[in-house]
Amino acid sequence: MPIELNGVGFTYPDGSRAIGGVDLRVDDGERLAIVGQNGAGKTTTVKLMNRLLLPTEGEVLVNGASTAKRTTAQVARDVGYVFQNPDDQLFAADVRSEIEYLPKYLKWPDEKREERCARAIELTGIGDHLDTNPKDLPSAIRKFVAIAAILVSECRYVILDEPTAGLDSRGLALLHGMLDRLGDEGVAVITITHDMRFVIDAFRRVVAMADGAVIADGDRRDVFLDDDILRRSRIRRPDAAQLARDLNLSRRALTVDDVVELVP
Amino acid sequence: MVLAALTGVGFTYAYAEQPALVGIDLQLEEGRLHGVVGLNSSGKTTLCSLIRGVIPHFHHGDLTGEVVILGRPLLDWDPAELSRTIGCVFDNPFTQISGIRETVFEEIAIGLENLGVPRDEMIERVESVVEQLGIEAIVEKNPNELSGGQRQKVAFASIIAMDAPVVVIDEPTSQLDPEASEAVFEIIEGLKHRGKSIVLAEHKIDLLAQYADTITVMNEGTVVMHGPTRDVVGSDEFGAYGVVPPEVTELGRRLAAAGKPLDRLPIKRAEAFDEISVRIGRSTHAH
Repeated sequence: MPIELNGVGFTYPDGSRAIGGVDLRVDDGERLAIVGQNGAGKTTTVKLMNRLLLPTEGEVLVNGASTAKRTTAQVARDVGYVFQNPDDQLFAADVRSEIEYLPKYLKWPDEKREERCARAIELTGIGDHLDTNPKDLPSAIRKFVAIAAILVSECRYVILDEPTAGLDSRGLALLHGMLDRLGDEGVAVITITHDMRFVIDAFRRVVAMADGAVIADGDRRDVFLDDDILRRSRIRRPDAAQLARDLNLSRRALTVDDVVELVP
Repeated sequence: MVLAALTGVGFTYAYAEQPALVGIDLQLEEGRLHGVVGLNSSGKTTLCSLIRGVIPHFHHGDLTGEVVILGRPLLDWDPAELSRTIGCVFDNPFTQISGIRETVFEEIAIGLENLGVPRDEMIERVESVVEQLGIEAIVEKNPNELSGGQRQKVAFASIIAMDAPVVVIDEPTSQLDPEASEAVFEIIEGLKHRGKSIVLAEHKIDLLAQYADTITVMNEGTVVMHGPTRDVVGSDEFGAYGVVPPEVTELGRRLAAAGKPLDRLPIKRAEAFDEISVRIGRSTHAH
């Protein structure tokens, strides 16, 4: 069952309008990246998906039910949200308690709890840090702890806010492996990111936002082809793609491999 | 003069079991933009804190070896004087913003106020950085109501406004979009042209390759590579320490692997453009 945003708008209590007229549908197992400059409405859009916010116009449906008719805790079981800053999320005294918090709260049987925790720990590569206080871990590992604490749930949608910020190549490899595994399990991943290399490497569907509206939603090649969309959403083509264009090699080339093919 | 000279430096945070820095020998010249890269927890932030004097003056621990900042041993500096000489932007703007000021404008001015800068000059300096960073629309907002990216810009602005001769910056663009990140690098380059020295820990290697004069690579608390940006970023060893090379460098390497090596491995966009242009010209000519 999908997440659907139908004519959704959100205006903050102070009167500032964050987004308006947003129609967006995310299907089971889909993977999509939302891009756009700071303040374009990306974060507001994903917060509406797991009911951290309720729309002030239109409706958000998760598995066919309006988020307005459910509690945030109920919606969060379907849609997990990993914050950009793990410190906004982590609270337990050690990593193990952080991961086990939700299964214990939900009183899952031991077997299920152990299985879900083991999976989350393996997917995020945090097995060596279970007895450590999250606050004593480097920020990149704290980030994976925050992801694990969400993956332990049975959510079918995971929202990742700027997952590559501050990650080195080891962290990136771990993240890519995790995305592939989630894909195999049919878990949908929605990311908001400024990292266009990450978008090109891991996402086919790209949603571009500008000034609180969706201005493009489609295959990455179409989105990155269109100069007008890039200008309005203030995003940039990755260097290799821009080079292929500047050198008149191709307008559709996107990845490093595309360009390697094209250079004589 | 030499900005920072470190000889055999090690540091272990109080209560930590493992040292954060080990056996560091490093010399950074004045008036340059020095990039520092490395895996997470490789010691980048600790190195920045040391050059800034936050270690050992604020974060206590066991410091060994010799640290000389602008010709004077670190321990001989008065912390207040050092903080006027070296401005510092932390990687987490949530810890940097004072939380006691009601507007962004006042927040940016707080450091200048503490230095006793005359009111007219203070307003002029704040207005100037606000314009450079393009944050005019948020100057009247409460700093606590800003997004992560906006806070990062404000934290950066408040240090630039201080106009210190040395600026140490730890990941100033981690929450910024590409356009804002480039703007931050342009401002940093502008500082360099005005004779300032900059030490910049940063993950965005594409931008560092474009702007930095030297690159220091850290791994497990020590310096494993240091030198002019081209030598370090273009070296085969570079990727071994977990740093993702610039996209154009990766392109150059893959072209070589595909049997189409460029004459020179590019580390900047313009270099890749020039190298491939020459290649296309040759190939057209041959036909």
